[in-house]
Amino acid sequence: MLEQTVQIVSNERDTDSYFRLVLRAPQIAPLIQPGQFAHVRVASMKDALLRRPFSIFQVAGDTFSILYKTIGKGTNALSQMRAGEEVSVIAPLGHGFTIPEPGEEIPLLVAGGYGMAAMYLLAQRSPQKGIVFVGGRKRVDILCEKEFAALDWDVRVTTEDGSHGEKGLVTQPLLAELKRTVAQRKLFACGPTGMLKAVGKIAEDFNVPAELSMDEHMCCGVGVCLTCVIPVKAGDGWEFQRTCTEGPVFDSRKILWETAK
Amino acid sequence: MNLSVKIGTLTMQNPVTVASGTFGYGIEYSRLVHLSQLGAVTVKGIRLNPVRGNSSPRTTEVASGMLNAIGLQGPGVDGFIKKYWPFLKELKVPTIINIWGTTIEEYAEVARRFDALGGVGALELNVSCPNIKEGGAQFGTDLKLLAQVVGACRMATKLPLITKMSPNVVSIAPFAKAAEDAGSDALAITNSYPAMAIDIETRKPKLANITGGLTGPAIKPIAIKLVWEAAQAVKIPIIGMGGIQNAEDAIEFLMAGATAVAVGTANFYEPQTPLQVIAGIREFMERKKIGDVRDITGSVQMKK
Repeated sequence: MLEQTVQIVSNERDTDSYFRLVLRAPQIAPLIQPGQFAHVRVASMKDALLRRPFSIFQVAGDTFSILYKTIGKGTNALSQMRAGEEVSVIAPLGHGFTIPEPGEEIPLLVAGGYGMAAMYLLAQRSPQKGIVFVGGRKRVDILCEKEFAALDWDVRVTTEDGSHGEKGLVTQPLLAELKRTVAQRKLFACGPTGMLKAVGKIAEDFNVPAELSMDEHMCCGVGVCLTCVIPVKAGDGWEFQRTCTEGPVFDSRKILWETAK
Repeated sequence: MNLSVKIGTLTMQNPVTVASGTFGYGIEYSRLVHLSQLGAVTVKGIRLNPVRGNSSPRTTEVASGMLNAIGLQGPGVDGFIKKYWPFLKELKVPTIINIWGTTIEEYAEVARRFDALGGVGALELNVSCPNIKEGGAQFGTDLKLLAQVVGACRMATKLPLITKMSPNVVSIAPFAKAAEDAGSDALAITNSYPAMAIDIETRKPKLANITGGLTGPAIKPIAIKLVWEAAQAVKIPIIGMGGIQNAEDAIEFLMAGATAVAVGTANFYEPQTPLQVIAGIREFMERKKIGDVRDITGSVQMKK
């Protein structure tokens, strides 16, 4: 974990309201593990003070990148920034995915929308290739399909409106695949909470392990403010654990979805 | 140049600490911030037993600030001593432990436990948290209860006692005086302001707790006024806090009558703020040829 002011190498529109931000951070880049995040301060926002957390997408040389969607004040302000400008980041943060060991389970990745960004490094660094299920509302929500394919992963695309890939939810082809075989399979997922909950249920039904990257509202990002907590099994009962510190990646069997409501 | 100040019998090497609840238990920021340069580390509020805290969402950003309703999640006295004290007791700077309870007896018991622990810098009595049903602000907004809780803790410990005051009173002066008379060595002014935000798309409150406490730069001018009013009512030192983002803000609190200051919400977005504040106070003193930081305290000049 380092706090540094780093330079923007590029910040370009990907599809629709998605952007790719590349930052030169020679000290941070080598530390990054799959599933970790960066906490970014967009200083140009006058009265919105808090940092914004983003999953780390790719690491290349002395740079790392973020794939984000403009959804509010912070991401809109960030999308206005240009190459050469600087942002303050605290990174890498959080507990990421477990990289499969050679000969271990075949990874099945499930990604919804910009959740795909959090899964790229895992696919890249996993010694076992597997299947990545990517889903979104429409064609423009399918990000980095080419990047996954370039890693020689089997990419299965779904869109809710059928404008690209199979029509339906991302969990449909996942279910079909698990009905075919569950032997030596492990799920890894990142996306909207509804999707994660569905993946957690599927993992339970098929009795396969699953690691879920939770998307919670955050404030400090380093474990002090206790904003981003979710209910997690602990001992005989449960406790609130921090998505920024114990997470964002949790073993799905430990998450108490009912209490979380 | 002297930057050190005294809070009761506690000496701080400079007048800058962090606000309880914004800095965890110190260890979380130890990789980002040189803790040994702080005046003191103030930890999150602790009661006797572990506390689970409120449901999510617990915080929300607002213009120039944020609302929080964490609900004082914490490990309890034993959990704190086991998990965090081994780290904190080795720090070169003192630890101020923020304590609370739901009864006067519990406050006193927690004070006794930390008195017996040894090595604690000071205790800060949280009588002003707006986000819990029992305890907290209930004690800080009732003159009689405030005097009783401070008095009970005074009997329980020789450690310096800092009473963290609620802003949610008609006039702070009598509360400040009541805490002083009951044996408090210092006052911390102020805690968060009760507040609320609504999501207009869903028509739901933005916090699960419905209401929360407003902190950040939005509250600074109100906190300055409270410090100024309290400073005229008591002789004991005041730790000023509320929206400090830089040395200028901190110096304003000192001039209003604070002896020390605490950086709070700014830690969440710029963890270096406390150290920047210390450096900035030093620069200000050089520029204004002030040899002792204590000469800034209460130096605001009223027009005559």
